[in-house]
Amino acid sequence: MTSGPASLLSAQVRAGERSAVEVVERHLDAVARIDPELHAFVTVLNDGAVAAAAAVDTVVAAGRDPGPLAGVPVAVKDNMCTRGVRTTCSSRILEHWHPPYDATVVERLTAAGAVVIGKTNLDEFAMGSSTENSAFGPTRNPHDPSRVPGGSSGGSAAAVAAGLAPIGLGSDTGGSIRQPAALCGVVGMKPTYGTVSRYGLVAFASSLDQIGPFARTVSDAALLFDVIGGHDPMDSTSLDRPAPRTATVVGDGVDGCRVGVVRELYEDAEPAVRAAVSAAAEALAGAGAVIEECSIPEVRHALPAYYLLAPAEASSNLARYDGVRYGLRVDAPDVESMNAATRAAGFGAEVTRRVMLGTYALSAGYYDAYYGQAQKVRTLIIDAFRRTYEQVDALLGATTPTTAFAIGDRVQDPWAMYLSDVFSVPSNLSGDPAISVPFGSDDAGLPIGVQVLAPALGEPMVVRVGAVLEAAAPPLGQPRLADRALLGGSSEPS
Amino acid sequence: MTARESQPATARGYEPVIGLEVHCELRTETKLFCGCRNAFGDEPNTNVCPVCLGLPGSLPVLNSKAVELAMRIGLALHCEIRPSTFHRKNYFYPDMPKDYQISQYDEPINVGGFLELPDGYRVGVVRAHLEEDTGKTTHVGGGGRIHDAEYALVDYNRAGVPLVEIVSAPDLRSAAQARTYVAELRSILVATDASDGRMEEGSMRVDANVSVRAAGSADLGTRCEIKNLNSLRSLVRAIDYEAARQAEVLESGEAVVQQTRHWDEKESRTVALRSKEEAFDYRYFPEPDLVPVAPDPQWQTDVASALPPLPAERRARLRQLLGAPAAPGAPWDPGAPPTAAQEDQIATVVEHGLDELVTSAAEDGVAPSLALARTANEASADPHRARGLDRRAYVSLLEMEERGQVTATQAKAVLAELLERGGDPVDIARRRGFEALGADSLAGAVAVVVGAHPNEWERYRHGEDKLAQFFIGQVMKVTKGKADGKTVVAELQRLRG
Ligand SMILES: [Zn+2]
Repeated sequence: MTSGPASLLSAQVRAGERSAVEVVERHLDAVARIDPELHAFVTVLNDGAVAAAAAVDTVVAAGRDPGPLAGVPVAVKDNMCTRGVRTTCSSRILEHWHPPYDATVVERLTAAGAVVIGKTNLDEFAMGSSTENSAFGPTRNPHDPSRVPGGSSGGSAAAVAAGLAPIGLGSDTGGSIRQPAALCGVVGMKPTYGTVSRYGLVAFASSLDQIGPFARTVSDAALLFDVIGGHDPMDSTSLDRPAPRTATVVGDGVDGCRVGVVRELYEDAEPAVRAAVSAAAEALAGAGAVIEECSIPEVRHALPAYYLLAPAEASSNLARYDGVRYGLRVDAPDVESMNAATRAAGFGAEVTRRVMLGTYALSAGYYDAYYGQAQKVRTLIIDAFRRTYEQVDALLGATTPTTAFAIGDRVQDPWAMYLSDVFSVPSNLSGDPAISVPFGSDDAGLPIGVQVLAPALGEPMVVRVGAVLEAAAPPLGQPRLADRALLGGSSEPS
Repeated sequence: MTARESQPATARGYEPVIGLEVHCELRTETKLFCGCRNAFGDEPNTNVCPVCLGLPGSLPVLNSKAVELAMRIGLALHCEIRPSTFHRKNYFYPDMPKDYQISQYDEPINVGGFLELPDGYRVGVVRAHLEEDTGKTTHVGGGGRIHDAEYALVDYNRAGVPLVEIVSAPDLRSAAQARTYVAELRSILVATDASDGRMEEGSMRVDANVSVRAAGSADLGTRCEIKNLNSLRSLVRAIDYEAARQAEVLESGEAVVQQTRHWDEKESRTVALRSKEEAFDYRYFPEPDLVPVAPDPQWQTDVASALPPLPAERRARLRQLLGAPAAPGAPWDPGAPPTAAQEDQIATVVEHGLDELVTSAAEDGVAPSLALARTANEASADPHRARGLDRRAYVSLLEMEERGQVTATQAKAVLAELLERGGDPVDIARRRGFEALGADSLAGAVAVVVGAHPNEWERYRHGEDKLAQFFIGQVMKVTKGKADGKTVVAELQRLRG
């Protein structure tokens, strides 16, 4: 198990070996040099971040403990509210919206000494799998700037992959953390639904949305999860119990663990990805795990069900962007026309498509056939996973069917784009945790991610399996667009 | 439409069938899903936060006090309390911050109860569910009406205030009965401290579903829903109007169209808002931001045992005091039936929560009928102060009246001062110079008045009894109000011979 750059930086700052201000300035400098081309950030908090870092240094100087993420720069997806800092969801409709409050996860980051250095790009309102649906332009994949970073949390994934921040936050509704993590060659985890507060996360599909960590190592992802997880009285769907602790068990190995390799979660993937899954299974076997082939046929219905449930909830969640109270307003003679004109001007094509789809799925006369049916499928999938976990401790599969595709390739073909999430969506429907860990690359040197799934509250299991895979993974080439010094583990000033 | 008013539905051989949907705001400290103050009349947009403004990222957290008050209402209406869920009711409206309302839909907290009217008639209560209120829009300029206003202002202080919607079965058969139902419901809400039931402040709002059918028929006709009923008066007028309108439609051989109609108080008529075909598709679906509400049995028991006596029970107690039957229609002692006036007094006393004044006076030996009359007719004019009235002072005043130490008129004046400033009724009466005149000096005063008005006296003598009032007034003037009206009449009759 390798300790990650975040825990290293925090240790140095807490020991007074480096100042938080210097660490943050070093990363801001990298952002200034690299992000004009990468475009991982929508907003960079230059002054605010340095001030926050200075506050951490004051705590250190006073002999107090600033927390487990002392002075660690964090890239936060721009759909999490930051007080006084604009939160756009990469949408024209919220382009100039400054929330009056911090999301719970942002509060917890700050309380742990972390420093938010910027808000990262996403597919508008987290709807997409490539970050091309951002109203502010696409983010590039650090490994190949002509390709997408995945999405919707493409900005955070790219920022962490390029070394602009050691850790980042994303949100995962159908794979929006794991898919870009796989495509950018970093670790991304979707925790159990209810373990991380959604308060302050701008809702896309409330019953599926879950915030989770990006990191360059499994241990850093675990460290970040432990900071943001846990009950929040502001979120009624937050589990009323402590979140499982993961950082302390990352190195526990998989000796004796039963791991099922799920046919439906890799067999339609491209050859290099299938090969990576096989190699990952062998690596786990080599570490003492008991590998079993298994099949969960129900997950084949996950994607269609997801594309009814998520848009249905989205159609309701996005109704509030009506020009009345905040955000964009396009004036018109009466309130109905003002609503319509505002939404037409403020929402991009994909958001409009999903709002229309969702509105239709909930309409009188169609509800049972669409939304109701999709809920039944969701129940079947939950039951199928439950049965499977009676036999195994964790499941293994691919994170995505392909490696990063070229910018523009799937923009005209929504269904091809939706298929990017075919392996990740089942965990959102079941609510269970899953992690994507880099495991080698394809012939073009593009990263491949493998996915580890576990039953609810099985975060300790997914990080244990993830860490074994991380240790066994074939080396991945350095990204072309990155701060190599920050990536190279050389966290010393350059 | 005076023609319709003069020809009510019943006169045309039709029976109105009425069901009511009553929204009441709950008396919680804070709103349904956030910690903002639930208060009426504050500076606009001061009781707001990210949650009740529906800001992006905010989430609702259910106020358990609201659940408790909803249970109180349910228990008082004999409902079954069930595990319940919330849904989203989706429609665009500027005073609704999220453009959906969080409401209970197919799994409400209270189902299947009834409300018993004072005359014993039971009205079914289909459900009583929790939901959030909307903000309030004010149209400015151009006369303040929606269509010609220059702009609109929205106050979100009310957004997210907890409501319980109480849906009755279509069991009501007249506007008067509907009025009684609402009045009784209001008493129950006030008695259980669940709501202040103020229609004029909008904390209690009523929609009426009205249909008519041939008298004697068991079928239900096509109904119309009437909105904007802001007072008991408009409730009665709107139902009467609507029933007559539908009767006329049916009489002319046409069919009633199912629609939502608006009561126009100024024009005294209902106007079509939208038909069934134009009805909103609310696209209800389960609210994913909230978890089911399942009050455990212990909580339900606690709420039930803390429930105060309800109006029906309290009325029965007052009837018993009068020596009357505990329930209408029950066998009773024909020696002391409550008169219709006393029934009204009982209703008034219970409605204003002044039972205690009557019962404590009766326990101290005051005639229950007197205690009831003074409490209902005088003390209830200022129910708030009346509830704070010193019991001993009140009893002492009633005893003075009983013993003839003050007249009824004087007693009322003393009571007014007692309510206003408190004090000892004996002192107040003395300071004001109130002492009922003895029979002797009263006879003198009557003789003086009779002598001064010979014409009136002649007419009275020849049987024009209503002139007694004239003489009472004159005697009052002469005695500065110290005379007792009954004694004056007795003296007049004695003089007439
Ligand atoms: Zn609020």
